[in-house]
Amino acid sequence: MAYKYGKKSKSGRKSGKQRLSAILFAAALLLFLVFILFPIYWCLVTSFKPSAEITSKNVTYWPTAFTFQNYIEAWNRSGFKIYFKNSLFISVFGIVFIVILSILTGYALDRFQFKGKNIFMLVLLCTQFIPGAMLITPIFIIFKNLGMLNSLFALVLVNTTFHFPFNSILMRGFVSGIDYTIEEAAQIDGCSRLGAIWHVLLPVLKPGIATIAAYGFISCWNEFLFSFMFISKQNKLTLPVGLKNLVGEFSINYGQLAAGAIIAVVPTLILFSYVQKNLVGGLSSGAVKG
Amino acid sequence: MKPKTKAGVSRKISKKDWMPYLFLAPAAFFILAFLAYPLLTVFFYSLQSYDVTKIASKGFVGLDNFKKLFSDKIFYRSLQVSVKWVLTEVSFQLVLGMILALLLDKKFKGRGLYRCIVFFPWAVSGVLTSMLWSLIYNENIGLLNSICKDLGLITRNMAWLGNMKTVFKATAVAEIWRGIPFFAITLLAALQNIPADLHEACVVDGATAMQEIFLVKLPMLKDTIILTTLLRGVWEFNNVDLIFTLTGGGPSYRTTTLTMYMTNMSVKNGNYGYGSTLAVIAFFILLLFAGIYLKLSGYGKEEA
Repeated sequence: MAYKYGKKSKSGRKSGKQRLSAILFAAALLLFLVFILFPIYWCLVTSFKPSAEITSKNVTYWPTAFTFQNYIEAWNRSGFKIYFKNSLFISVFGIVFIVILSILTGYALDRFQFKGKNIFMLVLLCTQFIPGAMLITPIFIIFKNLGMLNSLFALVLVNTTFHFPFNSILMRGFVSGIDYTIEEAAQIDGCSRLGAIWHVLLPVLKPGIATIAAYGFISCWNEFLFSFMFISKQNKLTLPVGLKNLVGEFSINYGQLAAGAIIAVVPTLILFSYVQKNLVGGLSSGAVKG
Repeated sequence: MKPKTKAGVSRKISKKDWMPYLFLAPAAFFILAFLAYPLLTVFFYSLQSYDVTKIASKGFVGLDNFKKLFSDKIFYRSLQVSVKWVLTEVSFQLVLGMILALLLDKKFKGRGLYRCIVFFPWAVSGVLTSMLWSLIYNENIGLLNSICKDLGLITRNMAWLGNMKTVFKATAVAEIWRGIPFFAITLLAALQNIPADLHEACVVDGATAMQEIFLVKLPMLKDTIILTTLLRGVWEFNNVDLIFTLTGGGPSYRTTTLTMYMTNMSVKNGNYGYGSTLAVIAFFILLLFAGIYLKLSGYGKEEA
């Protein structure tokens, strides 16, 4: 874990040099905080302003007339209620697919020795380099031929394809962190291998599964390009496309745009605050070191 | 990172040889159906004339699409923009992410909450990032114009995303905002893996904090820095969502990267044939990067 660094001098008073470095340190922290927070803050503030105040020449940093009108209109009139439901649908089903696939794949890659294992790992790694944009035409044609355009389930399949490989590599790490002897003991007691996985391994694996579910949700929730290409029916749109369409119109309703953005960001914020603690260990072991 | 136990390996060998393949079958299905097969068809379409607006001329044209590339000025320009985009994004994200990681490696009050806030853009999508920043850049209601006018930097409102001189920088800043946390997260993990006694040795030897950072920590982070930078470089090369929603590649192709050009060709123009030709070029560029990445990461050594 982190080691202590930059201890204060033992005599309670700081020297001038130490004070200077403390000030610089605090200033750097503050600069990052302002840069990161400001766009979110600005969006939040805008979402609570009446439209006259948003477009007025005097920019206000806090709404003078606080209103929920933008949220009500975005939710009811601009269809964010429907977009939210659709995004929730593809994300929840996406999680189910991604979690099941990553458990199966991660388990096989850690617990079994078999021919072609290294090649399979290599393929999983290589998928990280392929952008969705490169395959958008052929995948579009596949789903067109299947008659699955405007189908939310098509989006679930595509999202699963692009996001399970990374999560499988992560899951392999989680499985390898759990001692095989507990499964073995269950098998000696008469459990089948699958039974041992189900009754013994999965309960211990819960934190890892929760992490992957959160990653999976964020990825599916944020997906834009395929939804944009596949879905043309208004009642099937997802949040990112709904947001983009608000900008595409001739006159932009900024208040609704800001409110819609906040609506879209809240679920990610909740899940992110849950996963961020193990983000530091998890991401680097999964993504960088393979 | 969790330590790996190698002791159990021999016991892991299953008597049922087919079992691992059964476990991998669903994964293999998804990869074959929605990655491998589409990738093959991209190569196939790149040799076709396939434009939804000129469906009559559909058919095999050999290398015609590739010949067209050589005289396509926008293609050359998009390569330049791609290089500029990747270099700008990666260098700023790396340096700022590094500074943030070094700051977070120290203990201070409220570090947990601070970390949660500054890492948040990692979870924000490209589309949402462009919505947040378009509220700042907007010509009529935008905050940036107001701030710049207050500071006396400009006298008239600017359209930051419509102006050829500012559009690239404005788009780059929005993506840097989103990319800093990725570097900060991976570099912080690597910093925390540096043994504590190294720090003590630095204190004993009387090294200043700066000396410790540049002479001890950065050299130890070298591998992580190289791999993270390469991976992020690939992802920035592939970046579509943010540019597509913020500028659409314009004005006059100032933000059209190769990936953006390819996307517009297929998604907006419906020219699947030529779009696939651009995708083939992108594929070979990415293949080169993937090769370098896998070689440098020592892939295979670990597994063998």
